Amino acid sequence: MRNNATSDNYRYSSRNVWSGILFGIGIAAFIDECIFHQLLHWHHFYDNSTTAVGLVSDGLFHAFSWFATIAGLFLFADLRRRNVLWAGKWWGGVLLGAGGFQLYDGTIQHKLLRIHQIRYYVDILPYDLTWNILAVIMTVLGILLILRAKQQSLKTRGTN
Amino acid sequence: MSHNHDFSNLLWTTFLASGILVYVFAGLYSSRKLKNWPIHRYIFWIIGTLSLIIGAFLMGKPSHHSFGTHMLIHLLIGMISPLFLVLSAPMTLILKSLNVSHARIVTCVLKSKLINFFINPFVAAVMNAGGLWLLYTTGLYTKMQASALLHVLVHLHLFLAGYLSALSIIYIDPVHRRYSFKIRAIVLVATIAAHDILSKFIYAHPPKGVSLNEAHSGAMLMYYGGDAVELIILIVLCYQWFKAEKPRKSYVLANDP
Repeated sequence: MRNNATSDNYRYSSRNVWSGILFGIGIAAFIDECIFHQLLHWHHFYDNSTTAVGLVSDGLFHAFSWFATIAGLFLFADLRRRNVLWAGKWWGGVLLGAGGFQLYDGTIQHKLLRIHQIRYYVDILPYDLTWNILAVIMTVLGILLILRAKQQSLKTRGTN
Repeated sequence: MSHNHDFSNLLWTTFLASGILVYVFAGLYSSRKLKNWPIHRYIFWIIGTLSLIIGAFLMGKPSHHSFGTHMLIHLLIGMISPLFLVLSAPMTLILKSLNVSHARIVTCVLKSKLINFFINPFVAAVMNAGGLWLLYTTGLYTKMQASALLHVLVHLHLFLAGYLSALSIIYIDPVHRRYSFKIRAIVLVATIAAHDILSKFIYAHPPKGVSLNEAHSGAMLMYYGGDAVELIILIVLCYQWFKAEKPRKSYVLANDP
């Protein structure tokens, strides 16, 4: 019985990471929309310097982030239903997804495609630095968590 | 002129309201013969029909020239109403209410090449998003305001394309040729993206004759209102995946410690 359960854990191992990544992207985009667009009004709906590519990228990511939130949560429910949820991999995925999205948003979307800036009428540098350094920390932490979980699984597999 | 409007409004409302009656009778009739027709489907049909009635009513109002009102009509007729009508599974209800030989004829029609062409997710998405891009980025929006016939045709297209689009993504009514969840998810995300990009494009470049202020509020309504409706479609699609992915019973038992 136990053997069967652990082999299932391996079979659904990547689903844990994917569920986390999708949910991470979704939650990062959701926080971005809620806090920075709606509550603080720092971000603008449209910035006159937005490029055409920026508009397309923004639309694609906005649409995908809704899908990612919901699909990530349904995948999570599926993992729990099968009793194969692997917290380390899932949280690693969440941090990787959220960090990766924030890094893309903070470098390519804000700077290169100029969709909008983090805040207007202030010195933008400290905001950009905080935003992107946080993104890098989350990404690295996420990758480390996933790698650690992978190592653990190799060890337990070796002793089996 | 205003009498004319009142009359056409009355005609529309009676026609659509009788749709509710027909649906309820069909539901009760099939419940007597077969399994009970679920309550939530009646509610979906009523919401869908009421949205259509309100949309049609607003269309007839002289104030339809305001861009904000137009967007509200667009949301009601092109998104909310079609989604809830699809969720109410009218085709399934028709098949359940008919006798076998008549139901066979309907099934044959549903299996036809023409129907399958239109409920292909790619075709439905192009009809839906493509139609919107044509409406707001060419002179069509301005022309539509001047011609009553064009006005009705454009809204008919909005409704039908919205219906096909929802039908092609969430399978509740019988669909002959089925596409995988992955394909439907990709098409849905692309459709939502096209909708979002278009609303921001309108925000910056309003159609001719629409002031920047009007365009801003209209575009925001299109963006966030569209999001809310698309969110329901996404949840239904993912829930259908969740149900289809359900592990078999023996499998769950085998895993129980």
